[in-house]
Amino acid sequence: MDTANIIFILIAIGAIALFAKNLKTINRNINLGKDVDISDNKSERWKKMLMIAIGQSKMVKKPISGFLHIIVYVGFIIINIEVLEILTDGIFGTHRFFASFLGPLYDVLIFSFEWLAFLVLVACVIFLIRRNMLSIRRFGLKEMMGWPKTDANIILVVEVLLMGAFLTMNASDYLLQGLNANHYIVAGSYPISANLIAPLMDGMSISSLVAIERATWWFHIIGIFAFLNYLPYSKHFHIMLAFPNVFYSKLNPKGQFTNMESVKKEVEMMFDPAADPYAAPAEPVGEPERFGVKDVTDLSWKSLMDAYSCTECGRCSEQCPANITGKLLSPRKIMMDTRDRLEEVGKNIDKHGKDYSDGKSLLGDYISEEELWACTTCNACVEACPVSIDPLSIIVEMRRSLIMEDSKAPSELTGMLSNIENNGAPWQFATADRLNWRDEK
Amino acid sequence: MSEQSMNVNTMAEMMAKGETADVLFWVGCAGSFDDRAKKITRAFVKILNHVGVNFAVLGTEESCTGDPAKRAGNEFLFQMQAMGNIQVLNAYEVKKIVTTCPHCFNTLKNEYPSLGGDYNVMHHSQFLQELINDGRLTIEGGAFKGKKITFHDPCYLGRANDVYEAPRSLIEKLDAELVEMKRCKSKGLCCGAGGAQMFKEAEPGNKEINVERTEEALETKSDIVAVGCPFCMTMMTDGVKNKNKEEDVLVYDLSELIAQANDL
Repeated sequence: MDTANIIFILIAIGAIALFAKNLKTINRNINLGKDVDISDNKSERWKKMLMIAIGQSKMVKKPISGFLHIIVYVGFIIINIEVLEILTDGIFGTHRFFASFLGPLYDVLIFSFEWLAFLVLVACVIFLIRRNMLSIRRFGLKEMMGWPKTDANIILVVEVLLMGAFLTMNASDYLLQGLNANHYIVAGSYPISANLIAPLMDGMSISSLVAIERATWWFHIIGIFAFLNYLPYSKHFHIMLAFPNVFYSKLNPKGQFTNMESVKKEVEMMFDPAADPYAAPAEPVGEPERFGVKDVTDLSWKSLMDAYSCTECGRCSEQCPANITGKLLSPRKIMMDTRDRLEEVGKNIDKHGKDYSDGKSLLGDYISEEELWACTTCNACVEACPVSIDPLSIIVEMRRSLIMEDSKAPSELTGMLSNIENNGAPWQFATADRLNWRDEK
Repeated sequence: MSEQSMNVNTMAEMMAKGETADVLFWVGCAGSFDDRAKKITRAFVKILNHVGVNFAVLGTEESCTGDPAKRAGNEFLFQMQAMGNIQVLNAYEVKKIVTTCPHCFNTLKNEYPSLGGDYNVMHHSQFLQELINDGRLTIEGGAFKGKKITFHDPCYLGRANDVYEAPRSLIEKLDAELVEMKRCKSKGLCCGAGGAQMFKEAEPGNKEINVERTEEALETKSDIVAVGCPFCMTMMTDGVKNKNKEEDVLVYDLSELIAQANDL
């Protein structure tokens, strides 16, 4: 084992440890949400995950971006096999270790990596063009200005660089194999790099080629470690959470909103003829529960997982009738705000301990009433999301807080609600007139 | 439409006669009070009478399902309404409910069971399709033969409950040409009324949602925009008027189309 292997091992351990620490923080943050039990219908959940997350069934509803995404997704998964080899080589100082026992299968493997790397590279370049040169509405909405746009571009540029380094590494290796260079065993099939990149390096000396091969090898693997640790700060974290997020998503009909248990108990009391209206109220157990959601910690852990799973593609906002017609509401912004606020709350806990309050809240400081009241609860955003995020449940929970905690609603809604309360209809008609249609013409 | 007297009993009247109804027609607030929606109610009843369905309504014992309260965030009022209605429905031992309003449909079907109200709930498009499948209802189609009809999916029927085919199969039975809008079925665009928006002004924006949707419906060059929801009816009718197309394009509920086709 020489110095290079030791340096490699230290970098690998450091990168993985840092990533594990970040994962722990995200897991802690998600668990700041309210506990809900989602352990039912396991087989249906696996099926849904297989279809939507693994099978990308919703991605392809948009054929162009769906197809390109599948290339990047499959590329990412398959090329990870190559990362395993790189790790082995890095630790033990071997070279193309897998070739020693895979035989002809190794050629097939490298052949497919080459093609996938090339296709991923092309797909990412097209994605960059779509984001930066074409005017696609969902990429240009207000909430994408600044960091979110930079984040998207960083991810794509890094992927282009990683794939470029991988192919350049293969090209120099291919040439070194041809020159019978020491240590470079003849292995692998290089349909892309041998034809597209190797000609550019034709005639280089063995030492130059080795330098290029080593440099791109290190760049590729250090790039992967760096990217791994970029994920927790990026929308790209969806590559981790898309799968569990679909698994835990709502199986009930989309129109079915939760019935609040805390309210149910009170209403049942009112309907119970045996209940004693003068009885002393039962001693509340623990802290009184607030109605609806004001801050991220009032949301369920599933809504918080939703926020970390969002990759800001904007398919939700593109389908949102309110957003299309120029209202302030953008379901994507609801998710981005939820994550931003959750990370802020998490940082506060890290810095000041778990009981610290900064006096801010998701509702009010991040999401405005105007946004919430623009929603038609049409479920278009929920339907559109490729990873089964439910922005609507957050919107409705916040409306509950506005109405039941703060008594804040647009005045027409207050009127509608008191009509229901007084005469059992959202309009001011008398119950006695309900059957008038029978005798009218 | 020829006007004949309708045969409508309330659950209370049936009970007084010692009879029971096979199905409860949940009329809904719009269907009871809104002038345009009342026509939908009457059209549907004419079909029920024509087929001879043994049904009843709750009449003055019906009260808002609580849908707009729930969507607006007033869970307390919703559950008050729900439990009140459930008491009435359970007292009459109601098993099967049909409604012309997808909002009532969704609430009764999905949100009442865990509050103690478990019924077989159908939207009228499903109920009518069932009548056709059972051979109890045949559609002549005459009046609409060759007409272009586009169907606007109500959110609370389509996306919310995955019912897309029943309304379409009814339109096809009319011998009409069903033309789809660009955004249809699971991608259907809301009319703008859901989530209690029906009862308030829209938030500030650059366009009304119903105008956006109406423009899409008009692009199909259909003669008729078919709807399956009283709120969609209001929004689409207003949209067509906004575009000054009320002379050329008619907005009808599915039950009105069938009642007209059968000269009821």
